[in-house]
Amino acid sequence: MIRYIYAGMLIAAVLSIACSGQSEPSAEAVREQIQEIGEDTGNESVPPRPSASRLRVATTTSLYDTGLWSYLEPMFEEEYGVELDVLYAGTGKALEWGRRGDVDVITVHSRTREEQFVEEGYGLARVPFAYNYFLIVGSPDDPAGLAGMTPDEAFTSLMSSGEAVFVSRGDDSGTHGKEKAIWSAAGYEYEDVRTSGDWYVEGGSGMGPTLVMADEMSAYTLSDMGTFIAYQNDLNLVPVVDQGDVLLNVYSVLQVTSTRSPEMSANLVEFLTSEAVQDLIGNYGVGEYGIQLFTPCAGLGM
Amino acid sequence: MSQLLQAVRIALDMIISGDPVVFSIAFRTLMISISATALASFIFIPLACLIHFNRFRGKRLLLSIVQTFYSVPTVLVGMLVFLLISRAGPLGSLGMLFSPGAIVLGEVLLIAPIITGLTISALSGLGSDIPDTALSLGAGKLQMVLKVLSESRYMILTAILMGFGRAVSEIGVAIIVGGNISGHTRTLTTAIALGVGKGETAASIALGIILLALAMIVSVTVNLLQHSEK
Repeated sequence: MIRYIYAGMLIAAVLSIACSGQSEPSAEAVREQIQEIGEDTGNESVPPRPSASRLRVATTTSLYDTGLWSYLEPMFEEEYGVELDVLYAGTGKALEWGRRGDVDVITVHSRTREEQFVEEGYGLARVPFAYNYFLIVGSPDDPAGLAGMTPDEAFTSLMSSGEAVFVSRGDDSGTHGKEKAIWSAAGYEYEDVRTSGDWYVEGGSGMGPTLVMADEMSAYTLSDMGTFIAYQNDLNLVPVVDQGDVLLNVYSVLQVTSTRSPEMSANLVEFLTSEAVQDLIGNYGVGEYGIQLFTPCAGLGM
Repeated sequence: MSQLLQAVRIALDMIISGDPVVFSIAFRTLMISISATALASFIFIPLACLIHFNRFRGKRLLLSIVQTFYSVPTVLVGMLVFLLISRAGPLGSLGMLFSPGAIVLGEVLLIAPIITGLTISALSGLGSDIPDTALSLGAGKLQMVLKVLSESRYMILTAILMGFGRAVSEIGVAIIVGGNISGHTRTLTTAIALGVGKGETAASIALGIILLALAMIVSVTVNLLQHSEK
């Protein structure tokens, strides 16, 4: 009995803070900021629905950190009357959730692993819906002098000097996969790179946190364009290498074979590739950042 | 530094003005932690009584195992619960993963050792005078147990509050089996982790202040209870 009284007191204490002084407005910018940390306030009073009316999409962090999913989520929810749960993780973890049957749809960016996922029977099909490019970013004074190099040359230069710090995602994500591909194009075994010294830092977190880390350490890192642009204002980092076919970055959506909501999952794939949403994706962030974050590419066979 | 101070000021502003986003996260966190604490108390306080009032082989070993698990890493519990309730796992058919219930389940397991162990400590801290006297005055075993429980109620409450404190401040379980889904499984700790990663300092500080306030309420209450007993 007493414990309920105390539990009640805890709630009462918090609510009384909540209710005091409703009148004072808080800074508008911060309100937006916390909206971006993201919170659906709309469904607070509604009890959790049975899993059938919730659809789960696991997305690579870059589509989350850029805010694209927070932007598209309410539209999909309204159009199809379903609660969409967006889980963010690296491509590796997102695919693993799919293999275990814990999510219904996946949006990731690693072509070979997506094709393998479909081949193994875990995914119905790989459907590309947007692309942009990867960038090698670093501090403006470019201590390793990478500007003007190709991605392979830049990585070779980093490895052979071993002085300038490079922060790797180190989390088995699509970006991490791309980084490994560039190392191998530059003629290195990834394991040798990884263990070659203190200059190579494995961050182990999402794209946004990795950019913040690289910024703090005045280091280089490989980033997708969308996340970099979305974070650019808070960072000193600038793009150092942005040319090269290897830097192409294609995002695909895959319906998980074992989903319990196949129709709704198919709806989400259709939603992302529909003409209207493709336009929205192409224009996303243009007003805010003055540059296109994603180029729509549904049906172009990328 | 001035940037930090400004962030703190904006954070306080958000709390005072009752920012709906901040408070919906705080409210959800409270509901999850309170449910977990209530559930764990309901199961493990009786279990602690069973252990305390019975003699059996290996009792001392059991107690030290329970105490070891006071500091079980939260991510370890998170991982175990994930493997258990993932659809590929043994309890997968319940479809619990990435729901508030999954976090509650994980937190129950997380704080079970604390509530069990501290309750046993509370009961044994009373010594043998009260149970012996009760029995010699002709009380039945059940009456004796109830008497001991009521005499040690403040210490048991402390055990419950300690459990709540651990539940409300943990992140390992919430992020692994909750998934930090906006509006569904986002808690104070996972929101702070995400906010810091995004460089959104003010919002994270606001959430942090609330978390700290909750921790303080718990610790002050524990202190008051311990004093009131003396």
